[in-house]
Amino acid sequence: MNKVYIYKAYERFWHWTQMFIVFLLLFTGFEIHGSYQFFGYEEAVRYHEFAAITFLVLVVFTIFWHFATDEWKQYIPTVKNMKDQANYYLFGIFKNAPHPVRKTQLSKLNPLQRLVYFGLKVVLIPLLIFTGLLYMFYRYEHQGAIESLNIDGLETVATLHTLGAFLIIAFIIAHVYLITTGHTVLSNLKAMLTGYEEFEDDNEVEKKLTASQSAEEEAETVNE
Amino acid sequence: MKKIFIYLLVINIIIIALVVILTKNQTRETVLQGLQKEYSVRETSSVDHSKFEILQKPFANPQDATAACLTCHTGRGEEMLKSAHFLWSREEYVEGRGITNVGKKNLLNNFCIGIGTNEASCNRCHAGYGWNHKSYDFTDQKNIDCLVCHDNSGKYTKKNGGAGMPDDSVDLNKVAQNVGKPMKTNCGSCHFYGGGGNNVKHGDLEDALLTSGTDVDVHMGYDGLNMECIDCHPAEKHVMKGKLYAVSSMNRNRALCTDCHTSMPHKETIINEHSLKVACQTCHIPTYAKVNATKMYWDWSTAGKLKDGKPYHEEDSMGNHSYLSIKGDFVWGKNVEPEYVWFNGTANHYLVGDTISDTTQVVKMNQLYGSYEDRDAQIIPVKIHRGKQVYDKKNKVLIQPNLSDSVEGNGAFWTDFNWQKASQKGMEYIDQKYSGDYGFVHTEMYWPINYMVSKKESAVSCIECHSRDGRLKNVSGFYMPGRDFNTFVDKFGLIIIILTLAGVLGHGLLRILSAHKRKK
Repeated sequence: MNKVYIYKAYERFWHWTQMFIVFLLLFTGFEIHGSYQFFGYEEAVRYHEFAAITFLVLVVFTIFWHFATDEWKQYIPTVKNMKDQANYYLFGIFKNAPHPVRKTQLSKLNPLQRLVYFGLKVVLIPLLIFTGLLYMFYRYEHQGAIESLNIDGLETVATLHTLGAFLIIAFIIAHVYLITTGHTVLSNLKAMLTGYEEFEDDNEVEKKLTASQSAEEEAETVNE
Repeated sequence: MKKIFIYLLVINIIIIALVVILTKNQTRETVLQGLQKEYSVRETSSVDHSKFEILQKPFANPQDATAACLTCHTGRGEEMLKSAHFLWSREEYVEGRGITNVGKKNLLNNFCIGIGTNEASCNRCHAGYGWNHKSYDFTDQKNIDCLVCHDNSGKYTKKNGGAGMPDDSVDLNKVAQNVGKPMKTNCGSCHFYGGGGNNVKHGDLEDALLTSGTDVDVHMGYDGLNMECIDCHPAEKHVMKGKLYAVSSMNRNRALCTDCHTSMPHKETIINEHSLKVACQTCHIPTYAKVNATKMYWDWSTAGKLKDGKPYHEEDSMGNHSYLSIKGDFVWGKNVEPEYVWFNGTANHYLVGDTISDTTQVVKMNQLYGSYEDRDAQIIPVKIHRGKQVYDKKNKVLIQPNLSDSVEGNGAFWTDFNWQKASQKGMEYIDQKYSGDYGFVHTEMYWPINYMVSKKESAVSCIECHSRDGRLKNVSGFYMPGRDFNTFVDKFGLIIIILTLAGVLGHGLLRILSAHKRKK
């Protein structure tokens, strides 16, 4: 078994702070949406705005971190090994096949993760931030005192913001499940907590490979 | 050099700290505190009217009292002759109609309908004397009733059915010697009792305001500033600031909350911004008719039923008339939650002779204009008084019936109980055709709610509007968070979540099963 340092301190701090903020945003956001009552509307709005501003601050720092450390390159989508990764989730995982892509400090994301996180960072989160800012700072057309950002109404902004929120929930569900697909069920979680992730060492990979191949062959002979 | 730099830094920090600490201790007076100070000072009159000889000589009639007032108060008579309180009419521009004279003089309502032929009774509330016929002289200054508004003795009342003349019991000299600025009792003597009884018409203006605390109205409550009507409705040349859209049409000379409270009275910006689309009253008057009930529905069509040939009455659980032979059926409401409409400060009215295009629909006695797109429009609270009243089935116009008369047999409905005769007489009097075929049509009248302002702690809370089934559920034209949602997005979102969950659970289950199989 190998142990590799994958997630740096800031990255872990960022991840867990973001998790907390996103949960608060979702929980208060859907109260504002009218889905349920918990904090009370006024408080929900207040917490939502507070969380949103905190989130923005975190985003600013994180963008800086990504460029300062060159970590942003991790998110450039690639098609290399993409098919293997998809095959792993669809078939290999059930046969205890080894992970097709090796996680390293320089490449911590598999091709599918790269694609999803790229979408998240370039489309979904900007959409939520942009509509969220409009939501906070829009102004009705009006003569006199307040006139900066005029829009006709909230409908489009609110609808897109809500759509984004639903997609985030779907992402979280898939994300929380997929972290169980590491070397062991908890190895990904441990990695995000400690920074160190456990991997199969070369021996284990070898073993797994032969085991899954022989299992395949067995299945074939049975079929014949 | 380095030392000097450090010293300067330390001194600067100390100065900044001192400034911050000292400014924090200086509490700036808020707008509200300023207003409270301003309005807690009561003016006292500079003259004692009881010392004036002219007011000590007995008056042969009330008109003489007016003449006495005008000997000193020169020019005030002309002012009054032009005022809506005397003319019961204003020259107004009405969208789609042009310039029209509208007012109690010529408008119909869905309470006691209109003044034509009923002047003796209705015009008790005219700020003048003796308007008992349409040929009344509106140019004679002696016809002005100064005392009804300026009596500070509390002894002045007008005679029931007396066309504005004072009651026989009134000592005119005593009243004339005790005049001053109008008080709540003066304004209230008419404005509380419109529609034939306390709080019948407005719902938010009634005599309980004279004795209630700030829990009923923050401005007029005795335990608060105990403000007078004229504090918010000051007069300029006897033209009062403010008017109600039951009888007026134009967006001018309105008395607004923001006149005193400014347009940004809240600490929270988000609430100040609401005022672009939401009137102050919408949040600050959660309910009206807080003490006594107000009339919500009036069905004239059932009027005229008699028991043993005599008119009778029935009462509801609150002790209000629920049926009167002379007026029909009523529904009253107490602690009523207002309805809400867009309003831009302009209104239309049903004018005598207007054809009703569809008599199965509700006729709007007055229509408040405004919409979300309208820059000047805000959401305001209203009392909508609904009713059923007499109309001409052939000519499709509302009827002005003759209701009151001092003697039986002249055709007035309240004495003879005959719609045919009452309609005939009333329509002839206002120079309108009557086909002889009457029926009853549903009507609505919109009363903006402005009084019974609650304490800020009891203002309408966010969730009362920002919810699926809240107070504003019927106010359309815009997206409101908490109330509105895109049906497609909400469905799509739910499906995506369910599919993701199903996929994840399915995948997980397969992993467990396959691992189990491998172990075997």
